[in-house]
Amino acid sequence: MMSSRPEKIESKIMEHELVPKHELLTKEEALKVLRELGVRPEQLPWIRASDPVAKLLGAKPGDIIRIIRKSATSGVSIAYRFVVVG
Amino acid sequence: MAESEKFIKGIKFGILSPEIIRKISVTAVVTPEVYDENGIPIEGGVMDPRLGVIEPGQRCATCGNTLAQCPGHFGHLELAKPVIHIGFVRHIFMLLKATCHSCNRVKIPEEDIIRYRDLYRKLRNRWPQLANSLVEFIRQKASKALECPHCKARQFKIKLEKPATFIEEGGRGKLYPDVIKQWLSNIPNTDLEVLGIDYEVARPEWMIINVLPIPPIAVRPSIVLETGMRAEDDLTHKLVDIIRANEKLKEAINSGAPEIIVEDLWELLQYHVMTYIDNELPGVPVAKRRSGMPLKTIAQRLRGKEGRFRGNLSGKRVDYSARTVISPDPNLDINEVGVPYEVAMTLTVPEYVTPWNIDKMREYVLNGPNKWPGANYVIDPSGRRLDLRYVKDLKALAEGLKPGYIVERHLINGDVVLFNRQPSLHRMSIMAHKVRVLPGKTFRLHLAVCPPYNADFDGDEMNLHVPQTVEARAEAEELLLVMKHILSPRYGGPIIGGIQDYISGGYLLTLKSTILTKEQVSDLLATIDYSGEIPEPAVLSPIEAWTGKQIFSLLIPEDFNFIGETKLSSGNLKCSSEECFWDTLLVVKKGKVLAGVIDKTVIGSQQPKSMFHYLIMEHGVKFGSEFMNKAFKLFLRYIEMAGFTMTLDNIRVSEEALREAEKVVKEAYSEVHKLIEMFRTGQLEPVPGRTLVETLEIRILDALAKARDEAGSAAIKYMSLTNPVYIMARTGARGSNLNITQMSVLLGQQSVRGERIWRGYYGRVLPHFKAGDLSPEARGFVASSFYKGLTPLEVFFHSAGGREGLVDTAVRTSQSGYMQRRLINALLDLYVEYDLTVRSSYGELVQFKYGEDAVDPKKTAFGKAVDVDRIIVKNIGWRMSL
Repeated sequence: MMSSRPEKIESKIMEHELVPKHELLTKEEALKVLRELGVRPEQLPWIRASDPVAKLLGAKPGDIIRIIRKSATSGVSIAYRFVVVG
Repeated sequence: MAESEKFIKGIKFGILSPEIIRKISVTAVVTPEVYDENGIPIEGGVMDPRLGVIEPGQRCATCGNTLAQCPGHFGHLELAKPVIHIGFVRHIFMLLKATCHSCNRVKIPEEDIIRYRDLYRKLRNRWPQLANSLVEFIRQKASKALECPHCKARQFKIKLEKPATFIEEGGRGKLYPDVIKQWLSNIPNTDLEVLGIDYEVARPEWMIINVLPIPPIAVRPSIVLETGMRAEDDLTHKLVDIIRANEKLKEAINSGAPEIIVEDLWELLQYHVMTYIDNELPGVPVAKRRSGMPLKTIAQRLRGKEGRFRGNLSGKRVDYSARTVISPDPNLDINEVGVPYEVAMTLTVPEYVTPWNIDKMREYVLNGPNKWPGANYVIDPSGRRLDLRYVKDLKALAEGLKPGYIVERHLINGDVVLFNRQPSLHRMSIMAHKVRVLPGKTFRLHLAVCPPYNADFDGDEMNLHVPQTVEARAEAEELLLVMKHILSPRYGGPIIGGIQDYISGGYLLTLKSTILTKEQVSDLLATIDYSGEIPEPAVLSPIEAWTGKQIFSLLIPEDFNFIGETKLSSGNLKCSSEECFWDTLLVVKKGKVLAGVIDKTVIGSQQPKSMFHYLIMEHGVKFGSEFMNKAFKLFLRYIEMAGFTMTLDNIRVSEEALREAEKVVKEAYSEVHKLIEMFRTGQLEPVPGRTLVETLEIRILDALAKARDEAGSAAIKYMSLTNPVYIMARTGARGSNLNITQMSVLLGQQSVRGERIWRGYYGRVLPHFKAGDLSPEARGFVASSFYKGLTPLEVFFHSAGGREGLVDTAVRTSQSGYMQRRLINALLDLYVEYDLTVRSSYGELVQFKYGEDAVDPKKTAFGKAVDVDRIIVKNIGWRMSL
């Protein structure tokens, strides 16, 4: 079939079993996280604004994304990503 | 003093410009001649005395210093025509592609250049990675332009012909280095900035060499052979080649030779300068010495394992270290290492003389360097180092010692040293041991520390290092001592523990049937320096007697409770209740072994959740090491008393058992023949994803593997636990059921690359078979045992399988070594910050919490905060029953 609909699939990736929960942080939340971790934003791991998940969340370069995922060692683990251009 | 102190803030690399090269040069090199007929270096040659001192005693013609002080001085060589620096070919290529051949501007519109430049400046400091990708983007964009946005000239395609020829397709054709140099020097600084080039220190025209720096003689010393002949360094040879080629080229130009000749000579000069820099270039013939040995030029000195970086800067050699063969000594403490007298009298520890140790220090000095425990050097308060070998009056020196002196004394018992065995794959590969000076020429270590080092005594050597400061010694003792590494961070269990005879000894001692007389009990307890009371005898009449379990229980703390299965508890000896007849469920209540035996799962190394593991977790590593010292001595003493040997008879199985095994094999044979028949008649159904032949092979392999296991267990079931071979396999001391099977029943299928042996043969493996024979015996099934002996054909198949094993280990070690190197290089700067995040040395976050749960596996109950099951057993285990 020729009519594969890429937009449809892209909008559904968050529902996939293996894609952990992503949240876009507000300015205040982001500042709080940075203060807690004691880092500058660019010292966080990066995620491209063109990443499918970032696009879905509407993240702009400079934003911070929180990832909540299942972990084999601790049950739930939280990570952060700094959105960069690209 | 303080204001003149200088600190290095950073290091910046750049390219030497021709002006700088001329400026730092002390002489122009003009002639290829090196020495005159008297062997005196010619001025203006590559060994010009102004380039530095060669012989001791001489003074430098440039700086007036002697050999030790003169740093050497650069000279320079003016090339008749410029040549390309081979290390910059890629940069030159990029610049030629990104700039216009006519106006030499970067092929990006003016306003974009300004925009990009501002963006680049902003990014450079804060986002170096982003800045790099911006530059990469600009380079690509500029290279793609078909027309110059500045002068509107049509652009040609630039081709790089390896190694260093640039072609302008459709334009001027071959671009000569002087043309390229002109082109590059016309690129304005503003344009270079957006291409990611720091024009202050690296103007691109400097990438084309027209002045070659001649390195100081100290960089390329000549060696005087015994025959009095001089052998020059490879670099000197290469420099002479360059000068000679340069002279010829100069001559040709001056005499107005035809262009082709000049071009050829130019090409030759290019070749010599290229190989002078790197002699391992792809597509370039290697410059060789007369003997055919490739020359070691600049790049070869820096690159690779023995190069300047990996061999000299990252890899350093150390003093205060020793290396020798290791051998076992079960009488040592596990924290100890046996050090030979010779080593102890060579390695030293600097000790400050204080009023409290002055008597000892005097004694050491008096003993001197040749009597242990003595001293090798004394450093007086002025910092003068006295070699005691040459001090005439040791007595006077000893008398004269007072606080402020430092005595470099011999190693003595109790000194802390680092002990290491390569490959150092994990942190337990280097541990601190306490010295025990012993006669002999080998390092001695306790057998229980073999697993962490992965050491055995078939000729292994180990290294020993002596920490030289109090801080280092304290750190070694607190962090690196063997004791602190009983538990492995890999799986949280003990990596140091019982092995081999300790396990069979423990089993024999704690057997239900082990009854000890008073004499035996005294003997056993004496070996472990037991000083408490002897417990109530378990048997009162006809003589007083004790059980082995009673003796072993003396080492267990009174409050310790434990219930767990032993390794023996499986198959026909399975126990799940305290009342079990087979005695394979270990029950310890209030520190007394009530039932069960000691085997691998109780005291073994690399056995988490064992009784030994809980003993350490609950009573500490200090207790753990003392427990090991005592328990293992006890087990060894008992195994000596009981006697433990294996003979050929122990691997012989009865006729009956063999018949049973034979029946199993026969059945498997007929099954295989049935499979082959099905295959031939096309009745065999292929496994999904496999061809018919593969399916057949898999089914046959399965059938034969099953046959071997069944035949093995059929025969092994006739063995009893009085058989030492079987005891070792069953308790986990050494060997497995498979080993026993191969010794007494049959070897089974031999394989190469996981397949029956056929690879590399056409139709049949040996001429004794018919071509295309798929039967078990034709493809490497060995039906004989080591006891029975192999037929010649079986020996052939067995050696094929054995050879693969050898090749595999050889290949695996080199591969895993390289993998380890890459892994460590990637991870070595990571550390756990005090907030439990994992960071790189730049402060970048790598993990938001160490291991996502911030748990040290050594210090927790298998990753959980509380191990409820264990707490119950620990506290009320004494009144539980299973």
